[in-house]
This record gives sequence, structure tokens and C-alpha cells, in this order.
Amino acid sequence: MSIRVLYFAWVRERVGKAEEEIEPPAGVANVGQLMAWLAGKGEQYAYAFDNPKVIRAAIDRTHVRADARIEGAREIAFFPPMTGG
Amino acid sequence: MTTIIRLQREKIDRAAEVAKLVGARKDIGAVVTFTGICRAEENGAPIAALTLEHYPGMAETEIARHVEEACARWPLIGALVIHRHGRILPGEDIVLVATTSTHRQAAFAAAEFLMDYLKTRAPFWKQVEAAGGKTWVEAKAADDTAAERWSPPSPLRDAAK
Repeated sequence: MSIRVLYFAWVRERVGKAEEEIEPPAGVANVGQLMAWLAGKGEQYAYAFDNPKVIRAAIDRTHVRADARIEGAREIAFFPPMTGG
Repeated sequence: MTTIIRLQREKIDRAAEVAKLVGARKDIGAVVTFTGICRAEENGAPIAALTLEHYPGMAETEIARHVEEACARWPLIGALVIHRHGRILPGEDIVLVATTSTHRQAAFAAAEFLMDYLKTRAPFWKQVEAAGGKTWVEAKAADDTAAERWSPPSPLRDAAK
């Protein structure tokens, strides 16, 4: 299962890239588990996902909570709380 | 119902945009506009510019969803949201929200609702450029509180299942 992952604002800066394709293992079922899995991918990821509680996520461009299942997702985005307007 | 939703790098021409929203209609009795402007200081320190990052595709979708919700809640004739992205200098507009209705109450309420939701749900992030370097603006709890006034919140993907 290949998923396109996007990072924005300081999450993007810490990870060091704006997007990538990932293939998480079968045991990674929801957004929270995906963040934990990403955090294990290296030092920069560990820094970016150090405090997952403050990171927001969207699946296929819709806001979701950490317990949202990722099955069938094509695009998952991670970003800090929004500060537009 | 006239709806104008746009993201742009270019400066916003307030008067022209509001004139387009109103058009030649004679049933509009009220137009409320809100403009968010880039200040020359943040937390007491002078800034050189703001850079607005956004999530293309999702930003438009989120704004459209909230415009739709505003139209369902209030008897609006028109709604406009124009949000800039990229580098914005102090004194320049960041966002323009305008609503039209037969009477002022609906127009005022809907404009405030749209702004409160833009602040907390539209995927935009402000970065401050100052003498000390670049820093990301932190989200304010007061903005969340303002948006919660209009609860129930828009359903999250999983809550809707």
C-alpha cells in the first residue's frame, strides 16, 4: 500500500522534505500509529514527530483525528495547528 | 447565490472584489466585509514580512465547505473569501471575507463565522520574517474558543461514519 505523505510548515522543515511516497507495514492501521512509525524513520522524523499531540492530520484533504484509519488513503498530510486568516 | 472563493499570490483589490459580489442586484440590503491585514509587528517586535504557506487543494475545499455551511445557516445572497499566500508585507491585506444579505444580522454573523473557521480549520500557516530570523506563528487558544462558539463543529471524516 503506497501512500503519498505531505508535510507543511515546521513539520516540513523538520522532516526536511515536502512530500514522499511511503509503504507502512501492515500493523500501522491509524494516523497515530503512522506518526509513531514515521518517528522511527530517522533523526529528523523523530524531531518532527516528537510531540504528536500537537500535530494535525488530513486524509485525502479532510481533517482527521489520530484514531482515523489509514486504510485506502491516497494522500495523508501532517501539519501544525493552522494560523491562517 | 453568488460565491467567490479564491487563493492568490497577488494583492487583493477590496473595492473591486466587493463590487463584483454585489453586482447589479437590488435585493441586497447589507454587505459586511472583513479584511485581515499584515501588521508591522508581532508580539511587540517589528517584522519585515509574513509568508503564508498553504495546502493547495485542501485549502480551497475547506473554505468552500465553510461557505456552504454559512449559506445553510443564514439567508445569504452572496459570500466571498479571498486568501493570499506567499510573501506579504506589513500593510498589505492577507484575507478578505464579504457576505451579502437582505439585512445586516445574517451578513455580520456569517462573516464572523467564516473568519473564525478560517483561523482554525483552513490549512494556512504564517511564518514571520524578522531581524532575528524566521519563526512560525503559534496557533492561539483564543481562536479555537472563537470557532467553538459556532458548534457543533464540522464533522470530522471519522466522526461522520
